[in-house]
Amino acid sequence: MPAHAIVGTQTVPIEITLNGVRLSLDVSPSTTLLDLLRHDLVLTGTKKGCDHGQCGACTVIIDGSRINSCLQLAVMQDGKSITTIEGLAQDGVLHPLQTAFIERDAFQCGYCTPGQICSGVALIEEGHAVTRAEIREHMSGNICRCGAYPNIVDAIEDVLVQRGQLQREAAE
Amino acid sequence: MNRFSYHRAGTVAEAVKALSDEPAARLIAGGTNLVDLMKYNVETPSTLIDVTRVEALKGITETEDGGLRIGALVANNTVAYDERVNARFPLLASAILAGATPQLRNAATTGGNLNQRTRCYYFYDIQTPCNKREPGSGCGAIGGLNRIHAILGASEQCIATHPSDMCVGLAALGAEVHIAGPTGERVIAFADYHRLPGDSPQHDNTLRHGEIVVAVVLPQGSQGYAGHYSYLKLRDRLSYAFALVSVAAALEIEGGVIASARIALGGVAHKPWRRQDAEDSLVGRPADDRAFAEAAGLLVSGALGHQHNAFKIDLACRAIVRALAQAAAGTPQSQTDKRIA
Repeated sequence: MPAHAIVGTQTVPIEITLNGVRLSLDVSPSTTLLDLLRHDLVLTGTKKGCDHGQCGACTVIIDGSRINSCLQLAVMQDGKSITTIEGLAQDGVLHPLQTAFIERDAFQCGYCTPGQICSGVALIEEGHAVTRAEIREHMSGNICRCGAYPNIVDAIEDVLVQRGQLQREAAE
Repeated sequence: MNRFSYHRAGTVAEAVKALSDEPAARLIAGGTNLVDLMKYNVETPSTLIDVTRVEALKGITETEDGGLRIGALVANNTVAYDERVNARFPLLASAILAGATPQLRNAATTGGNLNQRTRCYYFYDIQTPCNKREPGSGCGAIGGLNRIHAILGASEQCIATHPSDMCVGLAALGAEVHIAGPTGERVIAFADYHRLPGDSPQHDNTLRHGEIVVAVVLPQGSQGYAGHYSYLKLRDRLSYAFALVSVAAALEIEGGVIASARIALGGVAHKPWRRQDAEDSLVGRPADDRAFAEAAGLLVSGALGHQHNAFKIDLACRAIVRALAQAAAGTPQSQTDKRIA
């Protein structure tokens, strides 16, 4: 490691709102948001798949936007509001998309599921996807190696239909 | 990832000074490319200068002469879904939505998109030679695996491509890049921002030490292309893959005759590829396949294939003709339904 790299080992104080709870933390500049969540805060619902922004398993919602937490530095989240899979249920009631994933059997091994659900929740809020083809395109950042894609699209479609954002298409 | 210092800049001047003072410092905003490169030890910055709090780099605003100014910090998705961009520069919105994923486009910024590095496998693998990563070490792609590499404007030192879709749209629209640096501000044409590799492939662009991109400006004059445009991207899978070849095509048609044309190629060179003679060849001609094929021939003239990418030359010609036909018909390529009409 070059000599110039041995600097900045000091931690930096940040404040974030995580699943509705205000937290004051000291973080190392080189800690990713994903590692902060999983390692330091033991919120292991958010998954580490590729750790390079290619699989989407680490997707969380930051200030309303779905983001790959593996490519975000924790130190840069100061002042932000972050929602993870652990924060979607309200008062013990699952988010409608969580319920739809269960009803539609939209997972097999489950490893990608927290990222799929966080991504899908944001997709629904964004409002850009109003057909099945658009749901597929807008979920392209979440890989499922079990291949549960048709059921994932079904689950998202169900919630869009419930909310009046999509009219169910004839069987493809 | 190496250890580094963290510096949160509050103003453009502060960011410029911090960058000027430390040769191994890097700016960070969206982080989608830089953090990835740091995980591979391709980038080992001494300091990261966080510019995400700099107000002067935010927002999309009207310019005095009727153009749109996109701040360097504006996220790719924010640009792609902006009503003004969609009404006046829909080619740019389409190009952006052809790239990456919603998650990446939410984080990735306009300035960062310009300054992202190549996705050449050898650039990313520090065990292999790469003149871009380590000048003088050689090129792993020449004689290696080079399916994704350049066919135009490459050198014996480097055949890497610039990976952006957004930049191909910006090149076609003749955008301006607004820059701040230690000696003040300057504006350069988009075509002069990125460079060809030549003997110094370590330099992707013409930024000088200490300079930062503050905004990209879309000129009022390019709004005339809003009716006839298409961004056609061809890749190894239908979504979330870099272009093998992409084409940003834009036409102004008056009375069935082409009044002006812009064509930029992505995935084929170290920068978005344009040629004035190819665009000029279309002016005054009817918008038909014969004219488009001649323009395509001019645009790829001098192309040189390597072992795995020679197919791109013919592919590019066909894609140019198809994209121009889509533009002429007013039926731009959908970025959701990937069937090519």
